[in-house]
Amino acid sequence: MSDHFDAIVVGAGPSGNACAYVMAKAGLNVLQIDRGEYPGSKNVQGAILYADALERIIPDFRDDAPLERHVIEQRFWMLSEKSHTGAQYRSDEFNEERPNRYTILRAQFDKWFSRQVRAAGAVLITETTVKDLIKDDAGRVIGVITDREGGPIYANAVVLAEGVNGIVGQRAKLRPEIKANHVALAVKETLFLPEETVRERFNLAGEEDGVVIEVLGSVSSGMVGTGFLYTNKESISIGVGCLLSDFAETKIAPYALLDKFKQHPSVAPLLKGAEMKEYVAHLIPEGGYDAIPRLTGDGWLIVGDAGQFVNAVHREGSNLAMTSGRLAAETLIQLRAEGKPVTEATLKLYRDKLADSFVMKDLKKYRKVPRLLEGNRQFFTTYPAVVNKAMQMFLRVDGVDKASKEAAMMRGVAKARGGWWGVVTDIFKMARAWR
Amino acid sequence: MDEPIIEALEPPKPEPKGLNIVVCIKQVPDSAQIRVHPVTNTIMRQGVPTIINPYDLFALEEALRLRDQYDGQVTVLSMGPPMAEDALRRALGLGADRAVLITDRRFAGSDTLATSFALATALGKIAEERPIDIVFTGKQTIDGDTAQVGPGIARRMGLNQLTYVSAIDSLDLGQKAIVVRRRSEGGVQVLRSRLPCLITMLEDTNTIRRGSIQDLLRAARAPVAIWSAEDAGVADPMKCGLRGSPTVVKRVFAPSPRAEKAEMVTIEGKAPAQIGDALIDLLFARDPKLEAVMTAPRP
Repeated sequence: MSDHFDAIVVGAGPSGNACAYVMAKAGLNVLQIDRGEYPGSKNVQGAILYADALERIIPDFRDDAPLERHVIEQRFWMLSEKSHTGAQYRSDEFNEERPNRYTILRAQFDKWFSRQVRAAGAVLITETTVKDLIKDDAGRVIGVITDREGGPIYANAVVLAEGVNGIVGQRAKLRPEIKANHVALAVKETLFLPEETVRERFNLAGEEDGVVIEVLGSVSSGMVGTGFLYTNKESISIGVGCLLSDFAETKIAPYALLDKFKQHPSVAPLLKGAEMKEYVAHLIPEGGYDAIPRLTGDGWLIVGDAGQFVNAVHREGSNLAMTSGRLAAETLIQLRAEGKPVTEATLKLYRDKLADSFVMKDLKKYRKVPRLLEGNRQFFTTYPAVVNKAMQMFLRVDGVDKASKEAAMMRGVAKARGGWWGVVTDIFKMARAWR
Repeated sequence: MDEPIIEALEPPKPEPKGLNIVVCIKQVPDSAQIRVHPVTNTIMRQGVPTIINPYDLFALEEALRLRDQYDGQVTVLSMGPPMAEDALRRALGLGADRAVLITDRRFAGSDTLATSFALATALGKIAEERPIDIVFTGKQTIDGDTAQVGPGIARRMGLNQLTYVSAIDSLDLGQKAIVVRRRSEGGVQVLRSRLPCLITMLEDTNTIRRGSIQDLLRAARAPVAIWSAEDAGVADPMKCGLRGSPTVVKRVFAPSPRAEKAEMVTIEGKAPAQIGDALIDLLFARDPKLEAVMTAPRP
């Protein structure tokens, strides 16, 4: 066989695997290259798997994919130093035959996904870094150069599924360097707890049921960011992520932030006796719609995190990654079937498919949110603190009459934002960004 | 389609040249990543990544160097569960030419005696195609640590065994002779042996190469030959697996951690003699018997 492929996929994360799988399944000659020792060894996520996006690629994935727990309860916490005010939604309807969301451990899940890709017929090589793209005289991308001996490898299309940093794309001058305020730095620990303990602490009936907690407020120490806590079968994933630019400015150490979160009185009892198994850090693209780089060109296209496809508001990313990978694959399959070359013009098909999907629709909907939050820290600091204070005042029985308490609470909210006008403006801003 | 009138002829295969080398490798759990279950205190094998036994990589690299120098073919051979194919594929990616996995339920539970029996038999099968010049193995595995399988193979095949080899000084293909350096107690032995022979390579004798892109593509596409016990020519089931294994692992456990703790002491003064005296005083205070022994007059 020659070293010319229909497509080379750079990266074996969710987007690259989705793309390589769909193309290989359709009979394309696919080469996938990953720098990790094995696929998944360098991949990091919270991690929640959104079933729908995967189901559209591998309908019966539940038969053998390594899944931890399906999510039956979601909690939202507003954290202040010593308290949290929460809302939660739990439903037995999530205990369905084909559950909607799962917690997963990426190292295991990605290995499984990669096995499916290879079984579908794609050629995978690991421990190999793509150093640069090769272009012909007209500037069209025609292949890749790796850090191994043995010449370039050629392909009709190069799919950049290389993750958030987009280093290959940058080096080939296809995209700019990522900005520090377009990415969040997240740190996470996986903490071992016996299965029964996880079940008891989170009020779960079975070893398949799971809880996720999303946290806002003092967890980010004034930075733009959030925390999370997910239940796995025999472990808990706990993490916190904030804008990289905020970390740089505040000089707060990410691990110190996570340690503080773990010691919070609302969190510590959930983790008691747990043993740390893994500590990881990762960048998450959170720049939203306006941070999306150019996605296509002659002979190349971008999928997944490399395209900034993360919905930071809803904490979704892997599903956008898989969907963009699938749409890229469908595009390349169609172009090949029609005998068309892979060019900026013909790849309009991919851009259109993206625009028609929830990927671009959702990113567009929340287009203004990243900038709004960056410029309005009160959503991470003042409001969570005030809400928690108000809740305490409301619940404490101390001889003060209720009407006075209510008035004090209202004054507190207004005062925190320099008067009612500030509060109204915030509500208006948020509503507009959400629209 | 019509039957072709003239049947296609296989072009004559070029006469194989150079050395025929087989490297026996084992897929082992990455011992650096094995964890002990916090509750049951048993070793958690699940989810532990597997690697090629690190000692085997020195054997593989030495084999590849000989092939590069004298021409020939390097076959990697392993006995293990079906998933050991990953290790063989990795070896192909590092530059080996061919891979054979012998895998059979009947091999399960093999100790070193049964393993060397199965491997020696499979090596005999490989030698039927073309005589083997050198069998390489690592010094030992990191999971069993016995260093018995290599010598076991040599004994069964009637090969000279050159164990703990640190370097190959020379090889004479015409004379079928090899000169190696062998680490021995108190020195280095220079040994001359006829070929075929079996060599177990010492650690840190070379650095495993990075395969080229072509090696990796070949490894991803090339088939790994999968042999059952029957394919490998293993006829006597009483010599295989659990039944052919006189040694049995009774229990695997994590030793309880030592109770003693390291301690930091602060000593006034900076002169070495002062610090030395203070440390000795501390040790003697902790263990009066030691003081008695150390300060007793010499006979």
